[in-house]
Amino acid sequence: MSVKLNTRQVGDVTVIDVSGRITLGEGSSALRDILRDLVAKGQKKILLNLGDVSYIDSSGIGELVSGFTTVANQGGTLKLLGLTKRVKDLLQITKLYTVFDVRDDEADAIRSFA
Amino acid sequence: MPLAPGDEELLEQDFPSTLESVDAAESRILEAAAKAGFDEDEQHRIGMAVRECMVNAVVHGNRYNRNKHVHVAVSVSNNVFRIRIRDEGEGFELEEVPDPLHENNLLRHSGRGLFLMGAFMDDLKVRKVEPHGTEVTLVKHVAPQE
Repeated sequence: MSVKLNTRQVGDVTVIDVSGRITLGEGSSALRDILRDLVAKGQKKILLNLGDVSYIDSSGIGELVSGFTTVANQGGTLKLLGLTKRVKDLLQITKLYTVFDVRDDEADAIRSFA
Repeated sequence: MPLAPGDEELLEQDFPSTLESVDAAESRILEAAAKAGFDEDEQHRIGMAVRECMVNAVVHGNRYNRNKHVHVAVSVSNNVFRIRIRDEGEGFELEEVPDPLHENNLLRHSGRGLFLMGAFMDDLKVRKVEPHGTEVTLVKHVAPQE
């Protein structure tokens, strides 16, 4: 299964629900495109819901990092929501877990942008 | 790639230098890993290491050149599951690969592939092959059956 992305607005926070695999090719480029599009539209509060992401490779990690820095460079914030154990493990061994603001609860995550 | 005495060959195949080959090799090697007795979590780790290695071979080694192939061989011997992936590229110096965990490199877009291979496997070896190419050997120990 390739990646599926769906955006929704919760107050002034844009939530991107991601499901499937974020790997080199279609998966990572789709994520890159949607983040660049949101930044271009001036969105500064972005919550990436990875709860249904089954697999991320190093290219997918690269897109998460690029998205994080792209949003931050425009004065915004990108946070992660609902990591599966495997994705959490991957971010921990790459020492990125503490770079990102990672949340388990969506309501808590939305409030944290205030 | 000659087998050592006692090795059982599970897979030997040449793949074209395409991203589709990454999926295909991952799938074939996961079948071999299941046959060798690895559980689901270990199969996941092996799959991730193989994916990173195949991407390196296709993208950085062979540079998508359809005239070049990625050779994949999988064998098991004495509870050692061994994967060898060889490209036909120009090769690289292992010492020159930046440490992705260094604070200056944490936010780099790329450069984590080799590190992840080492993290997910029990052993990782990289060697240049003549006349050109790089061979990566990924090793995972099979837990003895109880």
